[in-house]
Amino acid sequence: MRRVVVVGASLAAVHAIDALREHGFEGEIALVGAEPHLPYDRPPLSKEALQHGPDTTGLLLRSPEWYVERGVDLHLGRAAAALDPGARVVTLEGGASLDYDGLLIATGSKARTLGPASQAGPVYTLRTLDDCVALHERLVPGNHLVVIGAGFIGLEVAATARDMGMSVSVVELAPAPLSRVLGDEVGRWFMTCQAAHGVEVLCGTSVERIEAGSRGSKVVLGNGSTLWADLIVAGVGASPATDWLRGSGIRLSDGVVCDQSLRASAPGIVAAGDVTRWYHSLFDEEMRVEQWTNAVEQGRHAAMTLLGGDDPYIAVPYFWSDQFDVKMRFVGRANAAEQIHVERADTSSMVALFGRDGVIRGALCVNAPRQLALYRKAISDGTPWQDVVSA
Amino acid sequence: MKVIIDVAACQGYACCMMEAPSVFDLNEDEGKVILLQENPSEDLRTQVDTAARTCPAKAIRLENG
Repeated sequence: MRRVVVVGASLAAVHAIDALREHGFEGEIALVGAEPHLPYDRPPLSKEALQHGPDTTGLLLRSPEWYVERGVDLHLGRAAAALDPGARVVTLEGGASLDYDGLLIATGSKARTLGPASQAGPVYTLRTLDDCVALHERLVPGNHLVVIGAGFIGLEVAATARDMGMSVSVVELAPAPLSRVLGDEVGRWFMTCQAAHGVEVLCGTSVERIEAGSRGSKVVLGNGSTLWADLIVAGVGASPATDWLRGSGIRLSDGVVCDQSLRASAPGIVAAGDVTRWYHSLFDEEMRVEQWTNAVEQGRHAAMTLLGGDDPYIAVPYFWSDQFDVKMRFVGRANAAEQIHVERADTSSMVALFGRDGVIRGALCVNAPRQLALYRKAISDGTPWQDVVSA
Repeated sequence: MKVIIDVAACQGYACCMMEAPSVFDLNEDEGKVILLQENPSEDLRTQVDTAARTCPAKAIRLENG
């Protein structure tokens, strides 16, 4: 290979570049990013960076010198616009093009926005550094924030805003926060936790419309009640950033469809991170995960595949969420669980297990991190459900 | 190889303990990292490298030698 093009200035990208150079790739590396920034760390954007305002240097995943030392040709602030896998060319916005021998797609995901309900006033989303800057400036103590969607981003923004002295309401269509993925019992635990810190959590109701009013924005709920908001944030999920690949002919289905080794459907192309849908043999399912650790490890793995590797990517997923003094860590898979069992729960900690097909597939630990190592091994080993669940 | 940990930065993610359980443990009460071996043997390098790389708090550093 003469040149590898990495599209997406992301966490997966920097780890892919690390792996390429560590394993002796001496050709050219080009890195394309839609944002003007060097790759930065996203988890703090809903927590300390949101509270104190982002330290743009401190958030960088690698220093500017790191890219120089590795001979990375940076193309930042210009998104990839199209791919021609036959000619092996990526076209950038503005018309410049880069040919490649190996292409690593790491364009991540983008925040979903509200549908027609959002037409009346600004509704903020949080995904990028620039989103964080804009939102931070609007978190004013004493003002009222309405968060639409009680997923992880929504709950973390709620917690940060509450810590800053805002009054906060969270509106969620499901019967409890996080319940679509983690189940109602776990969801109710998070609802109690948020409520104990003064966040109003309104579940089982939709947002019908948002109107401009005399006291800010008027959020009209499906149950007929009304909330006044100085600020509205929507945390309604993310979708893979694959628009630029439409029409390229490579297979897409809620992400870039890859084989077990992270190869996309055209020669010389691999994918890593949020954008990647691949078959995971341990869980026997096609999956796409929007998680930090996955981006790190898939970035490396996809790079190794580009260099001729053939190993399947079978890492056990891991993610976390920090809200107030709650440190939630999750190992494995929660999706499609047939059984969810809360092993123990009190006001400050919880352990819950997730099973399917007679084996443990996932474990959630709140303020109980030592348990994770035990459960990850049980998940990797395919340990029977009845052996891990206490009677 | 020498392992250096930043206990103040540690947030109890437990990734290190999952990757290299013979090198890292966590304090049950505070959820902070405990270094079990400061100079692990070379056969643990892959595990320790992964632990350092996947630490969300960047609380693990390796020095060769």
